[in-house]
Amino acid sequence: MAGRDLRLDGLTKTFGSFTAVDGISLDVASGSFFALLGPSGCGKTTTLRMVAGLERPTRGRIRLGDEDITDARPYRRPVNTVFQSYALFPHLDVFENVAFGLRRRRAADVRAKVSQALELVELGHLARRKPAQLSGGQQQRVALARAVVNRPDVLLLDEPLGALDLKLRRQMQLELKRIQTEVGITFVHVTHDQEEAMTMADTIAVMNAGRIEQLGSPIDLYESPATAYVANFLGQSNLLPAAVAHRSAGSVLVDVDGSRIAVPADRCRSAGRDVLVGVRPEKVQLERGAGAPAGMNALSGGLVTDASFTGTSTQYVVRLPSGRQLTAFAQNTGRATVLPVGCSVTVCWDEAHTFGLDGAEDAAAGIETPDGPAAAARAGLPVGHVAGTGPGGAPDEPEAAPGTEAEATAAGGDGRA
Amino acid sequence: MSVTAVAAGTRAAAGPEGAPEEVRRGRRSTPYLLLLPGMAWLVLFFAVPVFALASLSLQTRVPGAEIGVYTQTFRWANYSDALAEYAPQFLRSLLYAGLATLLCLLIGYPLAYAIALKAGRWRNLMLIAVIAPFFTSFILRTIAWRQVLADSGPVTSTLHTLHILPPGESLTASGTAVVAGLTYNFLPFMVLPLYASLERLDPRLVEAAGDLYATAPVGFRRVTFPLSMPGVVAGTLLTFIPAAGDYVNAALLGNPSTQMIGNVVDSRFFRVVDYPTAAALSFVLMAAILLLVTAYIRRAGTEELV
Repeated sequence: MAGRDLRLDGLTKTFGSFTAVDGISLDVASGSFFALLGPSGCGKTTTLRMVAGLERPTRGRIRLGDEDITDARPYRRPVNTVFQSYALFPHLDVFENVAFGLRRRRAADVRAKVSQALELVELGHLARRKPAQLSGGQQQRVALARAVVNRPDVLLLDEPLGALDLKLRRQMQLELKRIQTEVGITFVHVTHDQEEAMTMADTIAVMNAGRIEQLGSPIDLYESPATAYVANFLGQSNLLPAAVAHRSAGSVLVDVDGSRIAVPADRCRSAGRDVLVGVRPEKVQLERGAGAPAGMNALSGGLVTDASFTGTSTQYVVRLPSGRQLTAFAQNTGRATVLPVGCSVTVCWDEAHTFGLDGAEDAAAGIETPDGPAAAARAGLPVGHVAGTGPGGAPDEPEAAPGTEAEATAAGGDGRA
Repeated sequence: MSVTAVAAGTRAAAGPEGAPEEVRRGRRSTPYLLLLPGMAWLVLFFAVPVFALASLSLQTRVPGAEIGVYTQTFRWANYSDALAEYAPQFLRSLLYAGLATLLCLLIGYPLAYAIALKAGRWRNLMLIAVIAPFFTSFILRTIAWRQVLADSGPVTSTLHTLHILPPGESLTASGTAVVAGLTYNFLPFMVLPLYASLERLDPRLVEAAGDLYATAPVGFRRVTFPLSMPGVVAGTLLTFIPAAGDYVNAALLGNPSTQMIGNVVDSRFFRVVDYPTAAALSFVLMAAILLLVTAYIRRAGTEELV
């Protein structure tokens, strides 16, 4: 039974006039850890519920290997779900909760299988407790054991760590990954937390407004975002509007407020004249004065307007002569001193780290602010401003929301530069 | 008397001259003061009458005196005599009340389920419809059942046509009519607690059951029904206990051979003026219900379902 790929084909779900999921097609390879990443309301949970059979698709097909399960009842699908709020049966103890699926299928060796599943999540000693007597983290493990014990073809996880505190969430991320590797079941994980998706998933599909913005490995998505939405939602990006000046086989030369910037041709997604030039903050180097190392993209005449030292790195905000702002993260390697505010700098970065997006895109797409992207636009932020809402990235933001973006960006930069 | 004492006590505690310590003492006694009216009510109208009734159940008639005059002789045989004479009515009461409770559960559960989980915006209207009959007199509604079950009525003629009821037999003045009346009158007491417990049910638990290979009927049996047990227990108790002691339905819809224990108590008290027997019967009924209810709650195991 196991070892079948999950395939979604043009999956669509409408509620009245609202389209929650808009023609999603994707393949999830058997045994992989797949994440559907997006903000709330992007349709990721609806997609998951359609795979589980809890929601009927308006259009499109769901296949497991060669079997079409689009119209199969939930209890007929070799698919199990870890629900967002766990949905443990309060009248049954931990053992019976985990045994529920096995008993329904009249499986042999219920006792041994349940014990094994409870050992997997390290809860063997609590088998006779009721769910109400467990902590949130323990309940989460029971929910996982209850699903895994059935050895489904696909395990669906709906924001499984959403109700846990930050520390526990980190711990469970590693544990989920360990369990997935151990049991080899396909995991489809829905989350709005980009760090969570990047830590665990082999493949991430970034969703926005019912569609998939980009699909790929965490490194692909981070290093070569295809859209402004992905560039901003996954970590932070500096995005600057530019016009194509010259195209050659290897690179595209563009003009950013009078400076020449080279974008590798295979990293430039725009075929037209207008381009959004992007670079991740940790790839950006700041050089005092006007000089810049040869072979690097450079924008001169910058002024440091903000420098916040966070220990592992210093986060700078640099204002360019055009009035646009750029963010730069400098790793605290001990080799460079912290630049003071007011210091004149040249902003430079390796050509290979430059990416080009379609110039017609909204450079603020995918930026999570407490009031949403629309508010950021209303506030009149210049194009090419600091993207993302890390605690340090935007220190004057009223709320440093779940607080992992900046760290994740830094970590991503370390490992993948 | 006690009310005046309470008022005086409160004033003393809250008085302007009250030292801090006295105020604290006043606060500590507040719960007891709040309990007082209820306790007084319970003592006056429950404990004292129960004691009086218990004493009455052991009395015997004064020889030669006029009817209704009794004296305390601690005659425990009053109980065995009453039980021996009225055992059929006793068993019939428990049987009718049991049948009515079962019917209420069978009718009320789907109804409560529909109101709680499927009614959507009609929910409040349906709840009002459940309670609406209370706006009409209990007696009138019960008498109306005579019309419903009359020989010329739709129910009887339909049953005759379908040959379920043999020709010539009628439904009025029968055990069927009494059980029907009991079921009808106590149905809201079953529906409301069931509704309350089903309404609290987390729909995601039912989804989870489906996700874990339970078909809809199995999901109901393993998840929905066990989680609605507090409502089932409350509903059956609220139906069974008053139904077992009811006498109006048997009096209005039954015949002499369908008498329930309530009718016997009624006639012993008010017609024959045989107070000790009536009192003894009341106590036996109370004891029987207490035993049954205790056994039932033990079995249903509701203490685990808070």
